[in-house]
Amino acid sequence: MFSPVIAAKGLTKVYGEVAVVSDLSFEINSGSITALLGGNGAGKTTTLSMLLGLLLPTRGSIHLFGIDMANDRFQVLPRINFSSPYVDLPQRLTVSENLRVYARLYGVDNISERIDQMLEALDLTAMHKRRYGTLSAGQKTRVAIAKAMLNEPELLLLDEPTASLDPDSADRIRQYLIDYKTTTQATILLASHNMAEVEELCDDVIMLHRGGIVARGAPDKLIEGFCRNSMEEVFIAITRETIRFSEEGPIEL
Amino acid sequence: MNFKVIRTEPTYKDESSQRVYAMCLRYLYLLRSSWPRIIELAYWPTVQMIMWGLISQFFAENNSWLAQAAGILIGAVMLWDVVFRGQLGVSLVFFEELHARNLAHLFVSPLRPIELIYSLLLISFVRTIVGVGVAALLAIPMYHYSIFELGLPLVAFFMNLLVMGWAMGLVVSALVLRFGVGAESLAWVVVFAIAPLSGIFYPIEILPQWAQSLAWFLPASHVFEGLRAVMIDHHFSFELFYTAALLNVVYLLGSVVVFLYVFSVARKHGLLMRIGE
Repeated sequence: MFSPVIAAKGLTKVYGEVAVVSDLSFEINSGSITALLGGNGAGKTTTLSMLLGLLLPTRGSIHLFGIDMANDRFQVLPRINFSSPYVDLPQRLTVSENLRVYARLYGVDNISERIDQMLEALDLTAMHKRRYGTLSAGQKTRVAIAKAMLNEPELLLLDEPTASLDPDSADRIRQYLIDYKTTTQATILLASHNMAEVEELCDDVIMLHRGGIVARGAPDKLIEGFCRNSMEEVFIAITRETIRFSEEGPIEL
Repeated sequence: MNFKVIRTEPTYKDESSQRVYAMCLRYLYLLRSSWPRIIELAYWPTVQMIMWGLISQFFAENNSWLAQAAGILIGAVMLWDVVFRGQLGVSLVFFEELHARNLAHLFVSPLRPIELIYSLLLISFVRTIVGVGVAALLAIPMYHYSIFELGLPLVAFFMNLLVMGWAMGLVVSALVLRFGVGAESLAWVVVFAIAPLSGIFYPIEILPQWAQSLAWFLPASHVFEGLRAVMIDHHFSFELFYTAALLNVVYLLGSVVVFLYVFSVARKHGLLMRIGE
């Protein structure tokens, strides 16, 4: 039997007396693109941070690839990667220098070859000598994605992967992620506020509200189940609490 | 043009030395990217050397005691800069990660906190050698004083002072990690606070008794007493050397423990994602 790529159980994070994430349990299987959705303060970034090992849960456990993140984090980290528009790369280093540093950190063999491939794949070759700090927001996002792909991760965690991208670049990034998943059978978990993107990209959605999971399912099932016309409407209904939630746990659709 | 997935199934090596090298490379790239940074490395040690060189020259011509120990001030100021540069070489380089808001990327990679420490210490060594080395070389034509004439004791003094700087730099970095970039001024404050107790330009025995008791807990005090012993009495005190080395082992291990502890606190409080903002 295959273990899920992500298995979170009873995940709770409390700051002072405030529970930012409360008793979160979910599993994500291999080869899926799952969206972690919720309004501001719903607990998305906190959940991603705990999954990445940047933040210690107050209670609960996380297993990635069946490995306990609390005890064997360093066995897992080479197999995953992460990108967020809210976490920068060193501004004064060039695109190539940044990628070279991270390729070494991830222990990638044939570093120059791999960097050339990533530059080509994300159409960054022409700007490889430019300093990261001089790039536009969209170009920075592509560099961050290139960095996240250096080790060809089996699990990719993305925080708003297309924030600050123009519609053309955003569309190309989405297509790239779909192709990446299809080609490598990698698992992708992303947080996004772009509901159209979620409908296009994701085959599974976890809806967070007030630090807990309130609904889960494929985008079309959620739209149908909540009698709405789009994920945007589902999202608004949930965050404005115009839907009554089950007290027995999340709605699975 | 669409972005295209290029699959290579890359192979990996799990080598600590590769990760430490990666971080050193990152800091060397940073240094290389900015001429002011490179010049600044040598600028202050050189200014200090020039200022104290002139003072030494004046005293050497007017005071018989200092005339016997020509170069003692200039040697002391260059060695004190080893502590200062060593400390800054750790803390300022660590602050670069905070300013770059790069910590989250680093710590979702396989980089261990202890490997970050190794790389900070290595790059501090390089920065100190460059910074103090330039001043030391300039002192030869300017004042006909070569600190290199100290011979092997110079290595002992240098390493003890550098390790003391490392220990301070790690503690300062830990405090900034815990309390935020607002605590950065500690990097400048700490080293000046302990300078009067370190006996850089005068023997420890002239300090008040209570201050002497504190001073002997500083490796630098033993080093500068040792420097005077070599320059005035032409005698290398192994006792002073071993005491400084022992204190340094304790302080360096202590500072590593403090840094690693604060790192775990940072993970508990979510500081790795937030710091630098």
